[in-house]
Amino acid sequence: MFKVFFAEWRKLRRPTLLIGTFVAALFFNGLITSFVYLMIDSPQGNSDRGRTVGREVLGLASGSTNGFASIGGLLGIIILCVFAAQTAQEYTYGTLRNLLVRQPRRLTLLMGKYAAMKSFALIFAIVNLVVSIAISYYLSDRARVSTDLWFSADGWSSIAHTFINVYISIVFYAVIGIALGILLKSPISSISIALVWLLILENLIGAVKPVTLEWTPGNQLATIAMGGSEEISYSHALTLGTSYVFLALLVSSFIFAKRDVAN
Amino acid sequence: MSTMAIEVSGLTKQYDNVAAVKGADFKVPRGTICGFVGPNGAGKTTTIRMLLGLIAPTAGSGSVLGFPINEPEKYLASVGAMIEGPAFYPALSGAENLRVLATLGGFPASRVEELIDRVGLTGRGEDKYKTYSLGMKQRLGIAAALLPNPELLILDEPTNGLDPEGIQEMRDLMKKLASEGTTVFVSSHLLSEIEIISQHIVMLRKGEVVFAGPIEELLMNQKPMIIVKTDSADDLVKIAEIARADGHSATIRGGEAHVEGPHEWAAILNRRAFEAGIVLSQLTPTLPNLEETFFEMTGGR
Repeated sequence: MFKVFFAEWRKLRRPTLLIGTFVAALFFNGLITSFVYLMIDSPQGNSDRGRTVGREVLGLASGSTNGFASIGGLLGIIILCVFAAQTAQEYTYGTLRNLLVRQPRRLTLLMGKYAAMKSFALIFAIVNLVVSIAISYYLSDRARVSTDLWFSADGWSSIAHTFINVYISIVFYAVIGIALGILLKSPISSISIALVWLLILENLIGAVKPVTLEWTPGNQLATIAMGGSEEISYSHALTLGTSYVFLALLVSSFIFAKRDVAN
Repeated sequence: MSTMAIEVSGLTKQYDNVAAVKGADFKVPRGTICGFVGPNGAGKTTTIRMLLGLIAPTAGSGSVLGFPINEPEKYLASVGAMIEGPAFYPALSGAENLRVLATLGGFPASRVEELIDRVGLTGRGEDKYKTYSLGMKQRLGIAAALLPNPELLILDEPTNGLDPEGIQEMRDLMKKLASEGTTVFVSSHLLSEIEIISQHIVMLRKGEVVFAGPIEELLMNQKPMIIVKTDSADDLVKIAEIARADGHSATIRGGEAHVEGPHEWAAILNRRAFEAGIVLSQLTPTLPNLEETFFEMTGGR
């Protein structure tokens, strides 16, 4: 599996992929984290769906990662797109057959790909955490938010908790991306279906029938990143999100192992 | 150790109602160059994919280097393959593409540079794959197939996109590898190439093996032919009728009449044509070459 891991990293480290992924993520990260501080007094709110996160909340020990937790779902969607494309391209380029000739144990190949994905997601999450906290710290003074508790013992614990939640969420999104890539064998189909579902359909269905948001996969993964929300508890989101991801993992692994590689 | 590099028996692949390969039986001895020929859609690539464990046979069995084809992990470390043309990551350089496969297969990185030179890509290894010409892509595909220093090399149309010099280099490379003990199983549409380099041949038609064995055996079993050309198409038809009237099979293809018959009968045919007022522009007694035999056996052209 180590050979697969290192072989995968040769593909993941290419500059176009690294720069594209990190620039996109850091752009949205900077935008949303800045928004929390720069719009703190706005009557339209400074958080998602018009909610307001006040100075007293941002001044808590968990305040430093408020922006990072908010961006977690979006970071996950970016990673989903990257890994859906990376996986589906193996079929469209025909490179999967080369990989399988060199590593015929298909599940070993897939596990190696997952291991590489997890390490990529780890670096991705760390960089975004650091940037989000740095932006928050920089803007806290201007927004008159106290940072006294941010780097206390409770503050560091909160950073660790938020990081783990966002990391779990990102990895879950990536697993779903890989599963879509395997199932659909087309980067465009995989990404467009995922985006249409996560960004449009799930929200539309949720707007018409709000109770569905307790069950839709995208909302569970975003809620994991936020460590729970007013509507959905963390444990509910984690249990349901894990179930969805486990199912995706099971089905895609079975298909990857058994399906003929005819292109 | 098995004396056969490849051995298949009753190998079948069925897709819904279509049988891509039907009960294929053939053997490829070690250390030979074996041509694998057949019209488009005959099942060559499907067979190759089954040998490489990429698709599962519906029925039948096979072995590669003595190991069953349903356990590809036991033999693929000693097999190099290029299937249906080269397939690489466009955004990576040629060398980096090879490094991906070398890392995956556990081959030393030094092998990449060695192979880049060996296939004539010296100085272009670090250029992105997407900037390569078709011939360069093909060369990179060959380099990838050679990574494991293979006991068995499976090549699907290796000369596609190569210029005459490249084709000659490919021919020399296959001969050299075979002389070093590597078995080369090569599918190609260039039957003249196959005839020049192969000792063995496997011929497929509509998923079935129509011949498998030494190439001399195939050609020796073919009947001698007389090729006739005339000034008009009508005269060709008359020539075919004359031949058939004398009990010889005759077909017209490519502006020529192909008459089966001993070379001595050419003189008789010439006389009969003269008597019928037909002027022959060519009368050539010949033994069928591989291309002729191929069309004869696969019903093509």
